[in-house]
Amino acid sequence: MRNAPAVCAGASVLILCFGTLIAVEGRAGAESQGLSHADWAAVRFTLTQAALSAALSVALAVPVARALARRVFPGRTFFITLLGAPFLLPVIVAILGLLAVFGRNGIFNTAFAAMGFEPFSIYGFHGVVLAHVFFNLPLATRLVLQGWQAVPAEHFRTAVMLNAPIGAIIEWPMLWRVLPNAALVIFLLCLTSFAVALTLGGGPRATTIELAIYQAVRFDFDLSRAALLAGVQFIVCAFAALTVWLITPLNDFGAGLDRQITRWDGSKLCDSLWISFAAVFLLLPMVMVLWRGLPELFTLPQAVWHAAGRSVVIAILSAFLTITLALTLALRRGAFVTVIGVLPMASSSLVLGTGLFLIVFPWVRPSDVALLVTILVNATLALPFAIRILAPAVAAAQDDFGRLSTHLNLMGWRGLWLVILPRVRRPLGFACGLAAALSMGDLGVIALFADENSATLPLMMYRLMGSYQSDATAGAGVLLAALSFALFWICDQIGRGHAGA
Amino acid sequence: MRSLCLMTSLSLGLATTAAHADTPVLTVLTYDSFTSDWGPGPAVESAFEEVCACDLEFVGAGDGAALLARLQLEGPRTDADIILGLDTNLTAAAHATDLFAPHGVTADLDLPVTWADETFLPFDWGYFAFVGNAGEAAPTSLADLAQSDVKIVIQDPRSSTPGLGLLMWVKAAYGDDAAGIWADLSDNIVTVTPGWSEAYGLFLEGEADAVLSYTTSPAYHLIAEEDDSKTAWAFSEGHYMQVEVAGKLASTDVPDLADQFLAFMVSDAFQSIIPTTNWMYPAVTPAAGLPAGFETLITPETSILLSAQEAASTRDVALAEWRDALSQ
Repeated sequence: MRNAPAVCAGASVLILCFGTLIAVEGRAGAESQGLSHADWAAVRFTLTQAALSAALSVALAVPVARALARRVFPGRTFFITLLGAPFLLPVIVAILGLLAVFGRNGIFNTAFAAMGFEPFSIYGFHGVVLAHVFFNLPLATRLVLQGWQAVPAEHFRTAVMLNAPIGAIIEWPMLWRVLPNAALVIFLLCLTSFAVALTLGGGPRATTIELAIYQAVRFDFDLSRAALLAGVQFIVCAFAALTVWLITPLNDFGAGLDRQITRWDGSKLCDSLWISFAAVFLLLPMVMVLWRGLPELFTLPQAVWHAAGRSVVIAILSAFLTITLALTLALRRGAFVTVIGVLPMASSSLVLGTGLFLIVFPWVRPSDVALLVTILVNATLALPFAIRILAPAVAAAQDDFGRLSTHLNLMGWRGLWLVILPRVRRPLGFACGLAAALSMGDLGVIALFADENSATLPLMMYRLMGSYQSDATAGAGVLLAALSFALFWICDQIGRGHAGA
Repeated sequence: MRSLCLMTSLSLGLATTAAHADTPVLTVLTYDSFTSDWGPGPAVESAFEEVCACDLEFVGAGDGAALLARLQLEGPRTDADIILGLDTNLTAAAHATDLFAPHGVTADLDLPVTWADETFLPFDWGYFAFVGNAGEAAPTSLADLAQSDVKIVIQDPRSSTPGLGLLMWVKAAYGDDAAGIWADLSDNIVTVTPGWSEAYGLFLEGEADAVLSYTTSPAYHLIAEEDDSKTAWAFSEGHYMQVEVAGKLASTDVPDLADQFLAFMVSDAFQSIIPTTNWMYPAVTPAAGLPAGFETLITPETSILLSAQEAASTRDVALAEWRDALSQ
């Protein structure tokens, strides 16, 4: 029964994704009154903001990536590494930074007011899109930059020698291949946006489906409407995820991004401006969070530290669960595993949460299982990323050493321990770190389940924001960001073999 | 690994450290601003603990309307003994949950309406109003506000009692035309917050010209901050009233303590804390009268209040109109 672990792992993912969906559909079908105008407005808003966020992120990423591809400057490698940071930065912390820059009393509006312009409000549609571009511009830039760097340097050299138009013959065809993928991935990520809409959305006009699910449960206690909306969210995401899966090749994020290609074309000034724009746009909010929050770090209320402790435990346990599932599935290759690996992408925090809520509600008080549910949901949602990172390394190790192991009778656990694990240690550490950081910063399913005694650090921050305790919020923001990055860094270092094994 | 286990048991073990104490605990589920440092919570807690030989614990769970959803979510499994902070727009729905026991208190209430509810007991009341900055353009009616380009912040009627109060206000004043008023108001609304605290905070930070609050809110600025720059707008349609109530849960494990709290709630010790912490009119006027500064507040010529049954039957229709108008 050497398939047993993989079957168990796959079955648990299937049960989580489809079991919750069946619970949702059962409830939605039983007492459905259909979607109201306002529910449809939430569906429209979700699709529109995701489409615009994806389009803007990709459009801005093209000049930034081009500038990075053809310029060499001190700190370039560091800057490209930094582009990975927003992916690990907890959403609620980023929002705090964006408010400090773009809010009514932020840097931009203060400058605007000094110049005599009307201040603009960050709440509503444009605020949601702004936040999504902040998160996804770096991702888009990395994806497009990969496209540029995949072009052999000789192509550029030859084009220059022949005086041929680089744009038309090299860059456009490349972009045409890369951009749709990048845009679709970002579209999918923005579809499941909850924390951004929760904090920056403004009433029924700026409500995503995820937010509407949360409101149906926590405001209205209308479980049937929540279930109906969860069904709609699943259909929308499944459709988008299927499209992404069909057109996106399995590739390794960010390999070889620091390779430089000598180029002789383009305006240096223009490129510098684009790089500066990206640096300021991405760094300023993070700097503002640090600047405001660092002095408050040591005067944080006790409750914030308790929440931080809960979050760290959740992050460690869910990361451990993620890599266990991912490794188990990666060892057993095949279509079944591939499908299991992308399935969670079609689900979302609030859909899984609503399903689990409906399942547990008749038996236990939801807040009693808030932390357990959060661990399960976070582990499931991080699974696609972990499998993408782990699967190629596991496959390579099996291909290279599989026959030898069989000869030496190194099978099962011993084989895994002696042959595979040492060879996938690095991606394993990376995946574990990523899963831990994602879980640490997640503000999703916990909002559905938690009461005041089971809040995680991101939820605690949201509550502090709502009660205008700006000092404590800023301090908690720094703590949350620091813990997320630290968890990632520690796991990654262990994977690289730097820390004691 | 051991430290991981230790952390797990510490955090996930839901260690009930308080359970070891001998003093009984009375848990009161209420809205956030009631328990905040500047709200009535801390003063009420020390006043009641002086006489009860108990530990009074306030638990803040969002704004008033979210309290009811929270209670439905927990059902009879709830740890709460008292819910404090529902209003008459919610009492019918709350009553229908069958989770409450009669309050059993006879008190001489100073409310502008007669009170006959045997389940829920009032602790304060007030009139909803938009609060803006003195000296700026002040609309004179809901319709006038809807036509203007004044920017306002309001609360979500599903989670907040002021938000629900405005829903009833518009519906009571305009009936079938309420949807039209909301459609006209929609471009005035900067954002809709889950609770009163968030909305009032946004207004004070300058994100809007006015906020949905109470006629008594300017008293806070006048008395606590010696600032007379805030004013409540008097509207010609009249002002919707709010009567805030508390109720005892039938599932309470300390019924006598809960009864003692409800009786305490309408006593002078509790009621004299209300005006300058919750900034509402006390349900029983304290012996010392209202604090100086309250006489400067506007008193609506017409007050509007739907009965609990009317409010309950109006809510779903009015809410659907509100969501539809504001989602366009």
